[in-house]
Formats: sequence, structure tokens, C-alpha cells
Amino acid sequence: MASDQSPEFKVIGTRPVRPDGIDKVTGRAKYGADYALPGMLHGKVLRSPHAHARIRSINVERALRLPGVKAIVTGADFPEVKGVMAQVGELIVNTHYLSLNVMARDKTLYDGHAVAAVAATSKHIAEEALELIEVDYEVLPPVMTAEEAMRPDAPVLLEELRTRLMTHRTDPGSPEGPDRPSNVPGHIRFERGDLAAGFRAADFVVEREFVTAAVHQGYIEPQNALAVYGADELVTIYCSTQGAFNVRTLTSSVLGIPEGRIRVVPAEIGGGFGGKTTVYLEPVAALLAKKSGRPVKMVMTRAEVLRATGPTSGIKARVKIGATRNGQITAAEVWLAYEAGAFPGSPFAPGAMCTLAPYNIENLRIDSFDVVVNRPKVAAYRAPGSPASAFACECVIDELAEQCRLDPLEFRLRNASHEGTPQPAGPAFKKIGLVETLEAIRASDHYRAPLEGPSRGRGVACGFWFNGGLQSSAVVNIHSDGSVSVVTGSVDIGGTRATQAMIVAETLGVPVEDVRPVVADTDSIGQTDVTGGSRTALATGMAVLEAANDALAQLISRAAKLWDKKPNEVVFAEGTFRPADGGAPPMTLRQLAGRLARTGGPVVGRATVNAGAVGAVGNAFATVCVDVEVDPDTAKVRILRCTIAQDVGRALHPAYVEGQLQGALAQGIGWALNEEYFYDQKGTLRNFGLLDYRMPTCLDLPMIETLVVEVPNPHHPLGVRGVGEVGIVPPMAAVANAIYRAVGVRMAELPMSPPRLLKAMLATRAEPFEEQATAAD
Amino acid sequence: MHAITYETPKSLDEAVKLLAAHGEKARPLSGGTDLLIQLRAGTRRPDFVVDIKRIPELTRISFSLQHGLRLGAAVPCIEIHENGDMRKYYPGLTEAAHLIGSLQIQSRASVGGNLCNGSPAADTTPALIALGAQARVVGPKGERMVPVEGFCLAPGRTVLQPGELLVEFQIPAPERHCADAYLRFIPRNEMDIAVVGVGAALTLDMSDDRVVEARIGLGAVGPTPIFAAEASKSLIGKTLDAAAIDNAARLAIAASSPIDDMRGTAEYRRHVVGVLTRRVLAKAAERARQSDQR
Repeated sequence: MASDQSPEFKVIGTRPVRPDGIDKVTGRAKYGADYALPGMLHGKVLRSPHAHARIRSINVERALRLPGVKAIVTGADFPEVKGVMAQVGELIVNTHYLSLNVMARDKTLYDGHAVAAVAATSKHIAEEALELIEVDYEVLPPVMTAEEAMRPDAPVLLEELRTRLMTHRTDPGSPEGPDRPSNVPGHIRFERGDLAAGFRAADFVVEREFVTAAVHQGYIEPQNALAVYGADELVTIYCSTQGAFNVRTLTSSVLGIPEGRIRVVPAEIGGGFGGKTTVYLEPVAALLAKKSGRPVKMVMTRAEVLRATGPTSGIKARVKIGATRNGQITAAEVWLAYEAGAFPGSPFAPGAMCTLAPYNIENLRIDSFDVVVNRPKVAAYRAPGSPASAFACECVIDELAEQCRLDPLEFRLRNASHEGTPQPAGPAFKKIGLVETLEAIRASDHYRAPLEGPSRGRGVACGFWFNGGLQSSAVVNIHSDGSVSVVTGSVDIGGTRATQAMIVAETLGVPVEDVRPVVADTDSIGQTDVTGGSRTALATGMAVLEAANDALAQLISRAAKLWDKKPNEVVFAEGTFRPADGGAPPMTLRQLAGRLARTGGPVVGRATVNAGAVGAVGNAFATVCVDVEVDPDTAKVRILRCTIAQDVGRALHPAYVEGQLQGALAQGIGWALNEEYFYDQKGTLRNFGLLDYRMPTCLDLPMIETLVVEVPNPHHPLGVRGVGEVGIVPPMAAVANAIYRAVGVRMAELPMSPPRLLKAMLATRAEPFEEQATAAD
Repeated sequence: MHAITYETPKSLDEAVKLLAAHGEKARPLSGGTDLLIQLRAGTRRPDFVVDIKRIPELTRISFSLQHGLRLGAAVPCIEIHENGDMRKYYPGLTEAAHLIGSLQIQSRASVGGNLCNGSPAADTTPALIALGAQARVVGPKGERMVPVEGFCLAPGRTVLQPGELLVEFQIPAPERHCADAYLRFIPRNEMDIAVVGVGAALTLDMSDDRVVEARIGLGAVGPTPIFAAEASKSLIGKTLDAAAIDNAARLAIAASSPIDDMRGTAEYRRHVVGVLTRRVLAKAAERARQSDQR
């Protein structure tokens, strides 16, 4: 368990106020939409009203004549981009399809797909101009689900796609099946052992099918970009992003200009959850700025966010798992199909790699497919791919535990992965804390408290996410007054500026309030990958620690110089430098900082890391317990109590760690109960606002209890694993399992909204929906 | 969005003249919680917006046990909730007004706007129907009274003619052992639109616990809010036992004609009409029996 004060540390493990807090609560923090420049134009995007259509022609003449309109771009203004699979941060991006997603060329592939964009002197003029652009569409039949898209006679979205079979996540794959156009560009398979023998050894076999809905990240702040295209051909972009370097790389490939000509300035960010790791507006704003010669600002509306930015995949799944009477899993067979949206690139591979990762299973086969459909191209969302496949498998695990008459935690403990267990994709786990999270729930007040009352039930589930490493850079400046600034390229989403300041304060022995953390633009710091993959505290934290140690080593040399000693004759403890022989009075860091000019000039500590190897073993597990009450007449589900136990390695700032766990669980409950896209038969989105895209409000959730489990990552200098993502993996199955215990219905489809749940409840009671009274009544 | 002329008449007369002069091109603005969204979405494109919040008749609540209630069409919902007479004598209408959106929205939104927007899912409309409310409409040709259940014609369409303005609601004073209640079903617990809404008002004869008067209004289960006449009539003269309530619930379902949409399926909505009718009748009856303690 996390204690607020670990004996090893003075600052780490405490809960100081975040340095960005006052600006945020007083409204002074500057988000992307707050930026303005003299002479700035406003850009708006014309979006396809058709889910699937060929563009015969676009006529912008009338729109260009509208007074105030300064520039219009269409697909014809964008360079053709060759299909390169680029590793950009944690993403594998096909730059050709990225370019087509930013602006449609000959085909529009979803309702909301960008077709043209206008820059005008006001946003109202820009909106009016959109209505004057004439687009001639040939409307084609839409394909909205993985199941439809996989049928042999399904309309084809992209003629050039063929199915390729892959054996690992970055494998380009080899052709599979007939050489004809397909909506299934990717198939990945993991297998080991003898499946048939495994199922023969089972006393119980449960086989079920599941469907989950695509869900949006639901960040508060819509995407935005302000671009300046200088006469010197230098482009500056201010935007809301999880990774400024990502925006630079992706904009460079879409526009065909060198990365070195682009500077990206990240604004404060109002949420991302993975959704802001790609680009939508940035290349468009830059091109409009180039064409008009003026700065261009673009801000999406909520409707645009829902129609055109990436949610995560809806999936279809088939799961078959066998177990012996004493609760030993003998075999598992899993089939998954992930909707990628309009272009290849769903998280079908990580979905396959994560599902069943909590269990040691000898005989296993997992097939997972990437399927294109006429919906917006999916983007990353918290533990991409893992939550949907975990829902399917964790429901089946719960059913097996019931058949074995075992407590569901006990069943999981009997099969739990630990150090040395091979993952579904092959490699063995290093030190992990799954068992500790299961035991933390089992020992919790929540799990030990009886749950009484009709229509109430308790469910548990667990989940896995890799966490990531990637590249980070950090600079630590010692100022002459003894204050310190720490500069990184990591956009701060979850309180990472606070933890960076804490790491510096811990290392240099200064008060945390004296450390100012700064998020720099792409010209002012070395390459730093996205704030995503739960990597920032882990990887940027490593860079910050090394940079602080670098600065400290220099400070020790300066003290040595002042005392005419060798550096190893200087002792540093508790923020104070002293000569080992006691031959001079000690000096505080502040006193030393005032003498830097006389000892050789400023002290700047620096470090860069590729934390890939450390991140790869920062693996995180979480276990969730949920109590629900179901209204027997309306099937509305009330969450009575929920608790999450998550292995975080080390909690640097426990309050922000708890916040991450609570946020992930809140999103998972929304995913479980009400979030879904409603497309009509033509493939047009009907619920493009947050009124009818129903995320939970604070009245829909109880206080979420957190159990912060600390099994330190032995490969990280501070033991950090990363905390941002895995908490969203277990909740959907935990809620489904709780609903089963409340009303006896096993739900196989998400969301478990009242109409869907009531239908299932009435079916098990063999009752019809209530029909109208007859005249005879 | 195109340029709009914003008008702020100070009297009913002035407002009617402006609305009559601009006809279909004008739209009254109360709290704007529906209109502003429609302007942004482009589903309504008026050239003139006539702000009616400075007209005395539209912004006041007056109540007496002798004359009953006159509720200005532009009174913000929060004022209804803050009004002691409203909470005491019209708890159902008050709770309906207090369910709309958030507290911020309730500070802007009005019962009149809720009705004139013409949504079948308006929360306050079934409550008004249950109370037998009459809408006072003033226009260039004079004024007329319209029963609330006859006010809406189709989604987004009402009986208001160009130039006409909804001024206020007139509701009779409650009798002894008379009370109303409103319940709605939403998938979340706030910030949602009714999947089904049911309002009921009951007058009981306490000597034998029989129903003297009953009215049931339904929301979100047809193209307009519905007065469930048969269901209401079935209760009159009956003791309010489980069988009578069940029968009324089934007749209420019969009066509904919901569709499948993103807020719920038709079969689900019909079922919930039954559930909520039972619950809301029980709640109104409970209040009516205790209404001595007012």
C-alpha cells in the first residue's frame, strides 16, 4: 500500500499542490482556443454528409467570391503521400491514410470526413462560405460494423486493401487468402500448446459471443490549431496535443515539408486520453495559412469532435475457455474483430496481446482482425484495444468461476500470471503485481462488506496493459537565487509537472515550491514522445532524475572548486554541501547558486533517455470490484460502490495517482452503461452532442475507492510503472458480472443500457414487454 | 451563422407588434436554452430575435387560493422551485421544472419556452397537462386560451400563428386532497432528456378514498405530449387500489405511440409508461392524502 511518506524519500510520496493548479482554477491557463494573433483568420471545415461516397467534383468558385473569404483548400491542394508505416511515438501510422483522413481525395469514408476547408476574416463568414461550396457526390452503400464488413459480398471501402497475416505487432505480414479487395487488412494470430487436448482436459467449457460499442475519449477540450506560415517557409503551430513532436512529424509527412521547418507549441491541454496523439486540423490550418499569407485558427465544435475524431473500436468477439473442476484453466480460444473506422489501424494487435494476459494458460489461440468500416478512423484511447477484449474474456472467466463454485477472485488467483508466466504473445513477464491487486481487493473493506438487498450484485474483473517507455529529454537549470526550473517536452495531462518538480526537489534537496516545471516547444527541448502509454512519469521522470543528478554533480564540482577540494571530498546531504573534512562551513544550494558566476558560469543539468526497455517491463495490472443495484422495472443500473486496486510500481504523487485510477474507472463505467454512437441506416451520426452521447456525470458515480498497490518496477530508478491506462480495462466486465449477480442476466453486449438490459431481463423471466390493455380490460 | 437583429420590447403590445411585423422571420427568445442551440445548428434561422424577458406579464408568478395560478411564460424554472406556493400547491409541476438540465440551465429555461419549443419530451408539459393548464396566447387579432394538451401539433410545431405570443399559463387552485406529481425516466441521473415522462394530478374523496378527479399527461412517447384521457377517466370514482392503478397504467400505454430512437426503443418506452404511471399515481395519491398538512 502507498504511504504518503516513504522512509526513502522526503518529497516523493507527498501531495504538494500542483504548480499549474492556480492558473487553471482561476481561468488564466491558456488553452489552444485562447490563442490569437494579429491579422488572424478563422478556418472551418466542410464535412461529408455521406458515410460512403465518391467525390465527382468540388466547386469552390461561389465560396471564394464571398467577401471575407481568403483561402480555400481541398484534397487537390495536398501532396500525394506514399504509404509509409512510420513508428511515431507509440503509434504505427500509415502516412498515406493519415493524409486521406486529414482531407478526403476521391472518396469520403464516413459522415464528417473533411472535404474542404475555408479561411475567412470571421468564423461566421467561414461557416457561410462552407454552404457555398458545391460537392457532387456519388453516394455508395455504407458498411457500419465489423460483422457486415467481413462478409464476402460487403461493399469495399478501399480497393487496394488485401488481408495480411501477422505474427507480431510491427510485422508487415504476408498475404492471406485470395488476392481480392478486402475490408480486413490485418489478421494477427498467437498460439501455443494443443488446443484440442486442452479442451478435452476441461470439466467445464464456456463459449460466448460479445459485441462492444465504439466509444469516444470524451475529452472536454475540442481539437484546435493556430498556424503561422512565415515568409521564410517556417511553420509555427499552436495546438492542443498530447505530443508536440508527434504533431511536427505527422504534419511534416502530410504536407511534405521537412520537420525542421515546423515548430509546434503545445498549449495547456483539456484532456486527451489518447485522442490527441494524431493530427486533424494542424496540416489544414498550415495549408490555409500558406495560401492566405495570414495566421489561421481552427477550433472544432463538439459535433465535429464526435463526427470526425477517432473513438476507439467497437468489437465483435467469440471466447471459449475451458477449466477443470478445481478451477484450473486448460485452454482458451479467442476470436476478435476490431472496427478500425475508415482506414486500417485499429488496436487489434494490442487487444489480442492483452486479453487473457492475467492468466497462465498452456493451450491458447487468439485471432484478431483489423476491419475497416464507414466510421471515423479510430484513435488511441486509454489502453487501446485491451478494454473491449478484456470485457469478453473476463465475463467468461466469471462464468467459469461460477461453474467451478469458486469465489471469482479465488478462481483468478489459481490461474494468475506472475513473474515468468508467458504472455499471450510469447515473452515471459518480469516482476508484476497482479496477485497483489487481487489480494488487495479480497482484503478490502468493500469486498468483505456484505451486500444485501434485492436486485443488488457484486462483480469483479481484472485487466492488463503494457505501459510504455519511448524517448524523453529534460533540462534542469539552477538559477542564481537558488530556484530551479525543469524543462521537458511532455505535455502535462495527469499532473506530470508536479511529479517532475518533486523528482528535482527530492534530488537537489530544495523545497518543491522552488522548482518551476516548464513544458517546452519542439525547438526548445530534445525529442520527447507523446504523453501517452502511461509513460510520462516513467520515462520523462527518468530523464528528469538524470538531469537533476547531472546538475547535482556539477554543483558538487563547483563547491569543491570554492573549497579547493576534489569533488569526491564534498558531501551532499539534505540540501547542503559540506567538505568531508569539515574544514569549511557548509553551504546550502541557494548559497552555492549565488556563486556560480564566479566558479565557471551557470549550471544546467541535462539528460535524454530511450526508456523502451524499462517501459516494456513496467507492466500494469488492475482489479476492480463493483456493486450495482438494478431497477427491476426499468433496468436502470445504479453503481452503489466501486473499488480499484492497481499496481502502480511507485506512487510519486499519490493524489494524482488516485485521480488517474478514479478517472479510468469513471470512463469504464460510462463505457459499460450508456456510451454508444447511434448511426442511422444511411450511416449518419445522430448523437453528435454530449446530451445524447451519454458519459456519466458526477451524479452517476459514487466516490471511487482506490487501493494503490506498489510492486516497484525493478528496472526503473524510482520503481515507477505508469498509472494512466490499465484502470479502464476491468470495469466493463466487473459491471456485467455484478449485473448478473443482481438480476441473473449475463450481458454480452455493451453498453448495458436500460432498453438492452430490460430486454434481456424480460427474456430470462420469460415475460414480454408490457403491452397495452385490450378493450376487454 | 448569419447576422440577427435583437429586439427587447418592454410591453406585450410592443412584442406582439414586432412579432406580427416580422412574421416567420422572428422568433421569441426566453432563456434561449433551446433557441441558441437551434441557431448554432442551423435548424432555425430567424432574422429577428425578440427577447420577451422584459415584459411584466411574462415574468411573474401570481397565486391565490381564490383565483389559482397565473404563471408567466418566461419565468425561469429556478424561480418556480424557489416559490413557496409553487412547491406547496403544485409539487409535480415544480419537480418537473427542477429536473430540466442543470441549475445553470434552470436559471434560464422557462416553462413557456419548454412548451413553445414543441418537443414531445418537454418535462414540464405532461405536468401542465395533468394540472389542466390553459395557455393564454396573445396575437395581432386578440387573445385566446388553448388547453396545453392541444398546444403542440408535431415535433417542433405548435398552434402559435406568426405574430402570436404565449403569455402565461392559468391553472385552477388545488382543491382539498388534490395533488400532482411528475416522474421521468432518463438513463443517467441528470443532464438528460426524458425517455418517458409521466405527470399525474389526483383529487381524492377522503371519506372513502375514491378518486374524484384524475388527469395523466405523457411525454416523449408520441409526436406531441399526450393527455391520456381514457387512463384518466378510468380512475374516476374508483378506489385507488392496485387493480385500478394497473388498469390506468395499461390504458396509458395504449395512449402512447413511441418510436425507436437513440433515447430508447418503442417497446422499452411503452413498458416504462406503465412503470412510471404506476409510480406517479402512487406518489400523487400519497401527496393528496397528506395535503391536509399543507
